[in-house]
Amino acid sequence: MNDIGGKSTFAIETRGLTKRYGDTLAVDDLDLKVAQGEVFGLLGPNGSGKTTTILMMLGLTEPTGGQVRVLDFDPARQPLSVKSRVGYLPDQIGFYDDLTARQNLIYIAKLNGIQRSEYEQRITAALERVGLGEHTDQPVKTFSRGMRQRLGVADLLIKRPAIMIMDEPTLGLDPEAARDFLDVIRGFKREGITILLSSHLLYQVQAVCDRVGLFHQGRMMLEGSVRELARQVLGGGYRVLVGARGPADALEQALAALPHALAVEHNQNGTYVVAADEDIRAQAAKAVIQAGGELVSLSMEEPNLDDVYATYFREVEHERTS
Amino acid sequence: MSARVEPIRGKREGSPFTGLWAVVGKDMADHLTSARMRILDALILITALGTVYIATENLRQAADDRFLFLTLFTTGQGSVPAFVGFLGILVPLVAISLAFDAVNGEFNQGTLARVLSQPIYRDALLLGKFLAGLFTLALVLTAIFLLIIGMGILRLGIPPTGEEVARIVLFLIATVFYGGVWLALALVFSTISRQPATAALASIAVWLFFLIFWGILTGRLAQSLRPVRIGMLEEVIRQAELAIGLARISPNTLFVEIAMGLLQPATRSFGMVLPTQLSGALLGAPLPLGQSVQLIWPQLTALIAETILLFALAYVLFQRQEIRA
Repeated sequence: MNDIGGKSTFAIETRGLTKRYGDTLAVDDLDLKVAQGEVFGLLGPNGSGKTTTILMMLGLTEPTGGQVRVLDFDPARQPLSVKSRVGYLPDQIGFYDDLTARQNLIYIAKLNGIQRSEYEQRITAALERVGLGEHTDQPVKTFSRGMRQRLGVADLLIKRPAIMIMDEPTLGLDPEAARDFLDVIRGFKREGITILLSSHLLYQVQAVCDRVGLFHQGRMMLEGSVRELARQVLGGGYRVLVGARGPADALEQALAALPHALAVEHNQNGTYVVAADEDIRAQAAKAVIQAGGELVSLSMEEPNLDDVYATYFREVEHERTS
Repeated sequence: MSARVEPIRGKREGSPFTGLWAVVGKDMADHLTSARMRILDALILITALGTVYIATENLRQAADDRFLFLTLFTTGQGSVPAFVGFLGILVPLVAISLAFDAVNGEFNQGTLARVLSQPIYRDALLLGKFLAGLFTLALVLTAIFLLIIGMGILRLGIPPTGEEVARIVLFLIATVFYGGVWLALALVFSTISRQPATAALASIAVWLFFLIFWGILTGRLAQSLRPVRIGMLEEVIRQAELAIGLARISPNTLFVEIAMGLLQPATRSFGMVLPTQLSGALLGAPLPLGQSVQLIWPQLTALIAETILLFALAYVLFQRQEIRA
């Protein structure tokens, strides 16, 4: 049927996807798979090809080469099937300012060919869900940035999408609004909606995404869960902090001998920092006791996407200059 | 990239007109409620009332014309042009104001990406915007034409004849397409320019060019392209024919000729008539409706053709446009 090996069982699948604007390569030979029900984060600096990739998934830009499959449809040839099942929240979301929230959504419902008897109820439900129930009949020009963003989410809900694609959804939101927004995304995930999220706000990506892909100059350099990326880039990612009293050398050896432990560092104040690629707190506690030490404190720092990102791009920069 | 076999080759699914009427409905509602439109409506209305008043005043003094209602459109007084003259200027203005921000306005508002990510093709959006403009124009013009006829009945005290009504309806259709040309032109500029103000100015510049300079240019062009060297009649005729042909590129010329042909039934020809062609003609006698329609048919099709060509240009430009900032 096609060279993505028959029927694509992924929600989104790209194979060798390439987009060229003149001489610049915006997206370069991209292979990406997003499973049904997954929350995937596209991560990368501005201009790294995230938005272009999204536009190709929606059939709004034609690929120069390669293939895209969205719910096993080809966006370039079957854009209507794709767009009636995929909700898209653009990075700079705009509404007709003179129309009310409801009127804006009615237009979207009509473009989706939804009957009046059906959309009245969908619109009311969507606006209630995003907390705009009281502002239904206010013109959008009176809305704040956060309210517009929520209206954008209501707009996605109208067509009851199987996939939601959000481009920088939390950009420009205040911390409270951003936190609410992440809750909304978690809600969609529970309903089984596949979500593709582009962002460069790492904390938020880490908070909601099952897997992330790190974009750089049109290529996906790294892909996997935050934990996997941490293992690849940071060589571990977990930092187990063991506060212990006792024979320093014996303790250090015992900790270093633990499975999954990668390195042990002994600080002056009596804490041992164990870099590991797993959560080995329990094993570390046991090892301290067995080595004849006293366990004073035990804590762990989880792998952090910020560190992954910073370390990765520092290395890229370093390679380029050297 | 390697050779790929696509499951569906060359053919897009579904109708390009999916969602067309949703776009038409929304944009017409926008037009009809916009402040811009109300100002222009008021302008046309005042013009219509004023010119018709003057026309009926003049008609009362010498009312023996067979086509009284048509003269309502074509009679001016001194420095006040006839209503047809005003239409020639106001219709382009209204049409341009309906479309100069059609595409770039959506883009600047950030609604273009959101609308195009709905299950519609770009075709539906552009055609919907064009039709919404055309229907709005038709609605406004119909209302004003009916008003003029109504005022004519009141002030003249007689109803229009069937032929008069037919001629006025045909003229109404021609006027709508005359607006269609400018609507499509403004749509082209609204696709090219990201700034609505630039698009409006460019459209108005083209309009002014045809209104003021084209008439001067056609004469000069004809003189230089087909100069009269020996002074033979044939040379003079050929030069004049070229000048007329060039002038007819302008929608203004086409509109004026259609107005003359339909509203002044005695019009037998546009441009040059040689004495030999007039033998046996009853000068000043009105042509039957069918003959008048034949006379203006090329002009009407030319107007429609110009509209379609400009719309096609806007269509090609819009299809190729990247929707991201």
